[in-house]
Amino acid sequence: MSRAGIRWTYGTILGAVLAFIVLPLVVIVWVSFFANRILAFPASGYTLDWYARALDTDAFRDGFVTSVETALFATAASLALGVPASLGLVRGRFPGRDAVQALLLAPMVVPGIVGGAALFIAFIEVEALLDIQVAGTLGGLLVAHTLIALPWTVRLVSASLASADRAIEEAAASLGAAPLTVLRRVTLPAIRPAIVAAALFSFVISFIDLEKSIFLVGPGRTTLQIALVNYLEWNLDGTVAAVAAVQILIVGTALLVSDRYARLVQAF
Amino acid sequence: MSTTVALRSLIKRYGSFTAVDDIFLDVPEGQLVALLGPSGCGKTTTLRMIGGFVEADAGSILIGGRDVTRLPPAKRNIGFGFQSYALFPHMSIAQNVAFGLEMRRLPRAEIASRVARALDRVRLSAMADRLPKQLSGGQQQRVSLARALVIEPSVLLLDEPLSNLDAQLRGEMKLEIRQIQKAMGITTIFVTHDQDEALSIADRIVVMRAGRIEQDGSPEAVFGAPRSRFVAEFMGVTNLLPGTVEGPGTFRLADGNAIRVPVAGAGRGAMVLAIRPERVRITPSGADTAPDTLDAEIEAATYRGLSVEYRLRTPSGLCLTARRATPATGGPAMLEPGARVHVAVPPDACHFVPVEF
Repeated sequence: MSRAGIRWTYGTILGAVLAFIVLPLVVIVWVSFFANRILAFPASGYTLDWYARALDTDAFRDGFVTSVETALFATAASLALGVPASLGLVRGRFPGRDAVQALLLAPMVVPGIVGGAALFIAFIEVEALLDIQVAGTLGGLLVAHTLIALPWTVRLVSASLASADRAIEEAAASLGAAPLTVLRRVTLPAIRPAIVAAALFSFVISFIDLEKSIFLVGPGRTTLQIALVNYLEWNLDGTVAAVAAVQILIVGTALLVSDRYARLVQAF
Repeated sequence: MSTTVALRSLIKRYGSFTAVDDIFLDVPEGQLVALLGPSGCGKTTTLRMIGGFVEADAGSILIGGRDVTRLPPAKRNIGFGFQSYALFPHMSIAQNVAFGLEMRRLPRAEIASRVARALDRVRLSAMADRLPKQLSGGQQQRVSLARALVIEPSVLLLDEPLSNLDAQLRGEMKLEIRQIQKAMGITTIFVTHDQDEALSIADRIVVMRAGRIEQDGSPEAVFGAPRSRFVAEFMGVTNLLPGTVEGPGTFRLADGNAIRVPVAGAGRGAMVLAIRPERVRITPSGADTAPDTLDAEIEAATYRGLSVEYRLRTPSGLCLTARRATPATGGPAMLEPGARVHVAVPPDACHFVPVEF
């Protein structure tokens, strides 16, 4: 095949794959403005009513607030635990280091719903053991979200630390900096892009979670994803599309911004 | 301000491998010492031990008479120049240079003025607000030097400061380093694998091999009078001919030929004759057949611009290298491979090193 022919073929395949991924998102956003009473083509008119309706629905409003609060907590906790953990894993040398690393990355490896079920069962066991409420509490939910965000922080920050120039830390020490000063003024600033990316990614991972939350929310509490799923059981109107469109905006923005700080490819 | 450095029985082992093997060294105040040797000889490990980045297994390090062996780098008052420059990427040039002064809690005004002076000394005042990545390699090197010197350390330690620079920059920088060092009178130890660097700027060269000091002396001593086969080879003496000293003034080579050598300093018995390729005189066969010449054939001729290097082989199988000026630099016409020549070795060009097993 000629060179132009090869390029054309690759271009077509690439275009098809991109379309496969992007088209559903584009369609959802487009449909969220349709005036049709039920999701259908073609559009009978355009309106912003669905967005108003979404804002009006208690489940979506409460779910959104809970999701954001949970995600913020998960981000903070994942950074607070993940950054020191990465420092220890990359710079430390202790027996069992590889095992600890595997453990910290484990939540990534376990498929979503399996993880959710496993956490639920584990919480029940803890309840039986310690005679305290865990499953269905806010605490339990926060722990679960932190657990799924943590591996991403560890991976992103570890990758950055591993490729960081150790010599700059030695240079700081040679100039009179104590170890904590070196950490504060040289090491952490040097990996700041990775930390920012980890924060944004942790937020996204927590925000989009369904499989853990669905087991662990408990009565009276809901997340945005759960609210969406519940709504879809009985309705198929533009409200869903509006909520989904808002989510796409939030998550998409977070990912794009995060990509400017750290090449997410490194984490995979 | 500047002080002496002393190493006493310094040892560093990595498992069963001894990187630094019982080193003993005294550096007087204000001297520029080069630790010279091939990779793996322990020179960088030694330097890093003086800096405090590697912990010694045994022995002691004294800076200005003070035992610093167990002190962390931050407490040794040293200036360290890293091979990769190690500039803080997220800080400007001025902030980089100011760092050491901030660690010493100097007043802001004084820091500003000292940074300005330091940058001026390396001619980078215009770059004060740039980031390291915006500077060229040579410029980064100068910032690294300024940063290490601004704190007025007792000792300056440089780890292969020139190896990442291109040839021309290397030439400029090594003179600049020497100038600044002499002006400040600061005791400096620098590590290099390049004999040319060491010869051109060091007051004293310490040749290292396998964790030990092979020879320690002035550039003239190390270059002109190598004391071992290793040092001779490292300093470019390519002709090392084993043989025996047979009576005063005569050295018999392995192939039976005898060469006239200076009486003094030859030693007794089996030795290795060391002759620089530049001192080997060759004349085309057929010209005056002086006594004490060997017959040889040119096997290869390598043109090097300033000089041409000939590889010679005698009928008895002895291999020699000779180097002489090219016509472009005033030398005689070049010879072709296959040409037959007479090889003469002036007695005063002969030097001896012990046989090694």
